[in-house]
Amino acid sequence: MTALLQIEDLNVWFDLPDRGELHAVQGVSVGIEPGERLGLVGESGCGKTTTVLALMGLLPPSASASGRVLFEGKDVLAGGETSMRPHRWTDVAIVFQGAMNALNPVRTIGSQIVEAIELHGRAKRAAARMQTGELLESVGIPAARADRFPHELSGGMRQRAAIAMALSCRPKVLIADEPTTALDVMVQAQILELLDSLCTDFGLGLILVTHDLPVVAQLCDYGVVMYAGEIVERGLVDTLYHAPRHPYTRLLFAATPDLGHETEEIVSIPGAPPRLDQPLVGCPFRPRCDSAFSPCVTVRPVLRGLSDRHAAACHLNDLPLATPR
Amino acid sequence: MSVVLHEPGAVTDPAPVRSRGGILWSTIRRRPSAAIGAAVLSLIVLAAVLAPWIAPYGLHDQVGPVFGAPSWSHPLGLDDGGIDVVTLLMWGARISLVVGFAATLVSMVIGGTIGVLAGYFGGKVDGLLMRITDYFLVIPDVPLMIVVAAIWGPSLFHIVIVIGILLWTSTARVIRAQVKSVRERVYVKRARSLGAGHARIVFRHVLPQVAPLLIANTVLTIAVAIFDETALAFLGLGDPSRTSLGKMIENAFQRAAISSGAWWAIVPPGALVAIVILSCSLIGGALEDALNPRLRVAHISARTFRLRPLVGRSGASL
Amino acid sequence: MTAANAPLLEIDDLFVRYGVPRGLVGGLRRKPRLAVHAVDGITLMVQAGELVALVGESGCGKTTTAQAVLRLVDPASGSIRFRGDDITELGMRALRPVRRRMQIVYQDPYESLDPRLRVRATVEEPLLIHGIGSKKERPSLVCDALTRAGLSPPELYLERFPHQLSGGQRQRVAIAAALVLDPQLLVADEPVSMLDVSVRAGVLRLLEELKASGLGILMITHDLSTAARFADRIAVMYLGRIVEEGPAAEVVGNPQHPYTKALLSVVPRRDPRMRRTPQILRGETPDAVRIPSGCRFHPRCPIAIEACRSEDPSLRRPDGTRSPDHRAACLLA
Repeated sequence: MTALLQIEDLNVWFDLPDRGELHAVQGVSVGIEPGERLGLVGESGCGKTTTVLALMGLLPPSASASGRVLFEGKDVLAGGETSMRPHRWTDVAIVFQGAMNALNPVRTIGSQIVEAIELHGRAKRAAARMQTGELLESVGIPAARADRFPHELSGGMRQRAAIAMALSCRPKVLIADEPTTALDVMVQAQILELLDSLCTDFGLGLILVTHDLPVVAQLCDYGVVMYAGEIVERGLVDTLYHAPRHPYTRLLFAATPDLGHETEEIVSIPGAPPRLDQPLVGCPFRPRCDSAFSPCVTVRPVLRGLSDRHAAACHLNDLPLATPR
Repeated sequence: MSVVLHEPGAVTDPAPVRSRGGILWSTIRRRPSAAIGAAVLSLIVLAAVLAPWIAPYGLHDQVGPVFGAPSWSHPLGLDDGGIDVVTLLMWGARISLVVGFAATLVSMVIGGTIGVLAGYFGGKVDGLLMRITDYFLVIPDVPLMIVVAAIWGPSLFHIVIVIGILLWTSTARVIRAQVKSVRERVYVKRARSLGAGHARIVFRHVLPQVAPLLIANTVLTIAVAIFDETALAFLGLGDPSRTSLGKMIENAFQRAAISSGAWWAIVPPGALVAIVILSCSLIGGALEDALNPRLRVAHISARTFRLRPLVGRSGASL
Repeated sequence: MTAANAPLLEIDDLFVRYGVPRGLVGGLRRKPRLAVHAVDGITLMVQAGELVALVGESGCGKTTTAQAVLRLVDPASGSIRFRGDDITELGMRALRPVRRRMQIVYQDPYESLDPRLRVRATVEEPLLIHGIGSKKERPSLVCDALTRAGLSPPELYLERFPHQLSGGQRQRVAIAAALVLDPQLLVADEPVSMLDVSVRAGVLRLLEELKASGLGILMITHDLSTAARFADRIAVMYLGRIVEEGPAAEVVGNPQHPYTKALLSVVPRRDPRMRRTPQILRGETPDAVRIPSGCRFHPRCPIAIEACRSEDPSLRRPDGTRSPDHRAACLLA
């Protein structure tokens, strides 16, 4: 079956002020099926936010992109804004990082959702207001709160409102960029539960962008790990945790404290990600890798399929008797 | 050249650090409006400073008839005393600029101090100082200047003081707002928790952050000060023994230059004042833009990115 | 308690309140003066060589407690004793020698360093403020502090500006600036929450080493997983009170208060096979102006009974625990 949304060989460059460019996303290919929950994981600067912005056609003027973004088989990136626009919000919607703080402070949340509905021509006035009420209820906000201003709502409520706004045109794919980062753990649980039920109830595809591995482990079926602008491993979240085939994935899990494993040694990964404004030689992770060997210095690993839906970009997997650890 | 370390992380390449004076210079370099303003202002200041040596004629030498028309030897004609207008402009600019700068200095000192004290200490001190500021804000400038000049007697020194004590209010407010926000920065709180005294915090941590804004404000205040001086002189309250640009306009006005058709006695000084004010505004405005973090370009925008042909893994075009 | 094992820090029945401004209209209408009960009666101790984690959600009062300990805010009542001396009422001058011995590390590594000062100046500043070390001695004190904070060799970092360093390095510079005065108590306010995951363990291990060398550490955090791994004792706060405290392993392994249990149940686990049904509490923490009657947790408590509405439980040793230091404030524990 054709994937609902498929990104093929996406590359994004940013112009740097003093000439040169930053290769922020390097050859990313990933797909999502209807109803699937995909976690896009990585640390700051790995390119995950840039990837989803490219998906939506929302890159700034200093960016240039190449590749294909296929929505239900059709390439929407090729035609630039003209081909992206019809799909934005109606097919793919995004809850931006910090969206709960970016709501228009001088308009009620209800009116902001109505605006989104009317702008995309889905309904007008009374019908739009009714839809707004339903939307708010579906995200756990009583419909009566539609007349409230953002500052009258708590952080969790504002995040729900932002999610409602993203769902206002019944998209098929929802992108959530760090939806719970600024929230308390209890509110985080509420929001994750909400996203989970929305996916189940509406058959949404969800792309959850986050640096928080446990969140992905709890909510997502499929995980994509990014480092230095490229995908280093992707597969079922279960596989990523129990049988990772890239040292970064393994080390990232090992660096995350976990309840119930209090005596375990928490790992830190020495060094820092490579600079993306210079061409990379060899594996980008090699300087920080604990299992690097000779090919890693000169040859850049390619993302290779290891089994159905599991791929990793690591030379260790090419060894005849490759053992992950 | 980057340095990679073993633990705990790589150090990135040093990026150019903007020193305190650097913001002025980098803004002038980067923004054409500031560059133009700076160039023009520098030219005028230079001409004014060098006036005693480069003025074509003597300041008090009558070289022709009253309101003599422009000619090759006198490109801007003669004023009501038969004195060369170009010479007058240079000498007049000296006075106007001196008064402008001096008054600005007075207002900067008062306004900056009050702004820092109010912003840093907050509470009752802030309340009191702001009430005083409001009091001065509410006083109408020109009538006060008239009254003071009339009572005190017109002299350059008095003019400077009068203008200075009226201009400091806007500076105080701007500085206060900035100080208040800097005071909440984490590293200032850290310094307080370390036990640093107020003086150290203000001079070491707060002022360096406030200085660029102070510079921008200073430049803009110069424009207003020069305008105020011109207005005062035009109203006859300037120092009668010194010819400022405003005095030139006043003289011409009093001697019916317009009805005589002698535009060259009124327009050049007025135009020069306007040019100086404009230059200052350009520089000051550009500085303020450069300092305002909220005017940065958004990270997200629609329809503005560019497409490239498909590339292979290595980044080379297919 | 003998002098030998007197606690490094002793907070006793601390109350901190902020007034809520009524505004002009409110004052004219004579609305009642409201107060935010940021800290509503806390008793807590930190020993030398011990890491105590103060855990809770936003608005629970943990940051205010830390600020009160450092006397950055004034308590409404209660006492704070440092090394046996009561510092609750001391003025700024008398506090200076005390401030030498307790230092704070802030959450935001990008904001806690003055962007205009080089690393050397930042780490040297505390010495200048407190007049420690001669001009000759200061450079070596600075280098020692940087080394102790894991930035080695220190010469590589001295001339750098903050924007040239990574988040983890900046945090270490902040820690070095705290260590240069050789403090005995370190208050760490969310020391790693703004750092990348791969860097966190390094900074936390540094705190562990410092603890082992005799420093007492009060760590404020919302991250229970980190607290469980690195703290000796955990105190869970809710709406200005400590609702449960005890040895970390005990609080995490055998929680007695329903709030602690709920918090622990919603913390996401690394292992996707460990998806359990979390006990998600409805609603959000009420604001600290209108504290619920009786047990302040009762409106959201899944096991609240009638008595919880009127009786305010105090911290006492629950029946379900074997540890003598484990206490919870629940009528049903």
